[in-house]
Amino acid sequence: MTLIDFLSAALLIAGAIFFLAGTLGLLRFPDVYTRLHALTKADNVGLGLMVVGLAVQAESWAVAGKLLLIWALVLLAGAGVAHLVAGGALQRRIRVWKR
Amino acid sequence: MSAAFLYALVGTGLFSLGLYGLIVYAHLLRKILALNVMGSGIFLVLVALARRTGEAQPDAVPHAMVITGIVVAVSATALALILMLRVAAETGSAELPDDQRESH
Amino acid sequence: MEALTLLAWIFDGLLGVGLLWLAWQALTSPDLFRAIVLFIAFGLLMALAWVRLEAPDVALAEAAIGAGLTGALLLAAFAKLCSITASEDAKTADGERIYIRLTHYWIPAVTVLLVAVGLGYVVLSLPPYVTGLSVEVAANLKSSGVSNPVTAVLLNFRGYDTLLEMVVLLLALLGVWSLGGSALRREAAPGLVLDTLARVLVPLLLLVAAYLLWVGAHAPGGAFQAGAVLGAAGVLLLLAGWRPHVGLMAWPLRLMLVAGPAAFVVMAAVLYMIEGRLLEFPPAQAGMLILILETAATVSIGVTLAALFLGGNPQNYKDQR
Repeated sequence: MTLIDFLSAALLIAGAIFFLAGTLGLLRFPDVYTRLHALTKADNVGLGLMVVGLAVQAESWAVAGKLLLIWALVLLAGAGVAHLVAGGALQRRIRVWKR
Repeated sequence: MSAAFLYALVGTGLFSLGLYGLIVYAHLLRKILALNVMGSGIFLVLVALARRTGEAQPDAVPHAMVITGIVVAVSATALALILMLRVAAETGSAELPDDQRESH
Repeated sequence: MEALTLLAWIFDGLLGVGLLWLAWQALTSPDLFRAIVLFIAFGLLMALAWVRLEAPDVALAEAAIGAGLTGALLLAAFAKLCSITASEDAKTADGERIYIRLTHYWIPAVTVLLVAVGLGYVVLSLPPYVTGLSVEVAANLKSSGVSNPVTAVLLNFRGYDTLLEMVVLLLALLGVWSLGGSALRREAAPGLVLDTLARVLVPLLLLVAAYLLWVGAHAPGGAFQAGAVLGAAGVLLLLAGWRPHVGLMAWPLRLMLVAGPAAFVVMAAVLYMIEGRLLEFPPAQAGMLILILETAATVSIGVTLAALFLGGNPQNYKDQR
């Protein structure tokens, strides 16, 4: 395993840890809004780390660019959809959790 | 190549789950979901059995058939959903009546 | 490499268990909305399974059509169903009585269990190493005009199946249109986020569709995946409140819908007159002919999927606010 492979593995494992944190938040947080918060923040960072981990293994700049484009699109779609879900939840009068 | 057989068994399991759901549930939307699960199971069996070629590339003909199948399944689902909405609009609910209490 | 095989086994096992568990949860969940969302997640796990089985074309098609478009169709139908049954009491929508009335509940369970055991036995008794048709496909790949074997099978070797599939799509749309019903209602003006999302994503989706169409000749991709991405772009536009001009909904729409099947039929007729056989491409022009067929098919599939999502005959909707 070369240095690039080690770097790749480390980034992928770090991304997986962020995904685990996001899933834990999805399961444990008390209402829709906090769950959305956990999902979009943690999962986007996790995906970014995984994409960088794969991009260092890419055989050309074009492939690395496509991988980063995937991350940018998921970021865009994730943020937009989170906004729409939260707006829909507000419309349905789902109450924000207060301690 | 036992990974292929693992996925083929999962496919038969999905088919059986879908068949049970299709028989047992009364709500039409659940029946449509069960039909889709059955279809996915069949596709899984087809593609898993195409993977039995050993070290070579998998057989491409079942892949093409499954792609065709996925597209046909989505169009059949769309038609089935419109039928369900028509049933609901005409009778007021999307559940099939039982035999013992036929409405007419 | 034993550790790697063990890891692969663990991953495949977890994926298989996850698929079965998600399917069971999607079918038995008492809340229908939750069932539909779990079904979408099931579709995405299936895409992972296709990747594990070395079927990237199928994975692309499943992620776009099986998870994405089917999910959108199910959610739209569920929303309409809720508004239709809203005047009834609430339990009709997802039923306190979700099972049919049976005198003996164990009969279907035992029957399905027997079917499952029988199928498992049949599958396990198949030979473990079979080449199927992969040898013939590889031998004839050079003369097919493309270098992706799945595209070659879809558009050249079994082009007849694809012709019939395009007709099936058209038939489904005709069925949806003739059952009447109103098209998807346009909600009150979409918010800024949805509007901007649609404006940014739709041109990108068109670009991705064109790329998938082009790259299908030598890499995973092709007409169906590109058509599914086009359909997704159409669904996004419809969700963002865009309704095309009513004048466009007469013959331009119909022209786009039949472009795919018509191209296939015309090609088959021309080839029959020249070569004496249906859909047998001459090897020199096969690549270009396949690209023409794929382009027509992509347009048709995309417009058909978006029209299926719309749900009713577009000429029937008035401008509903």
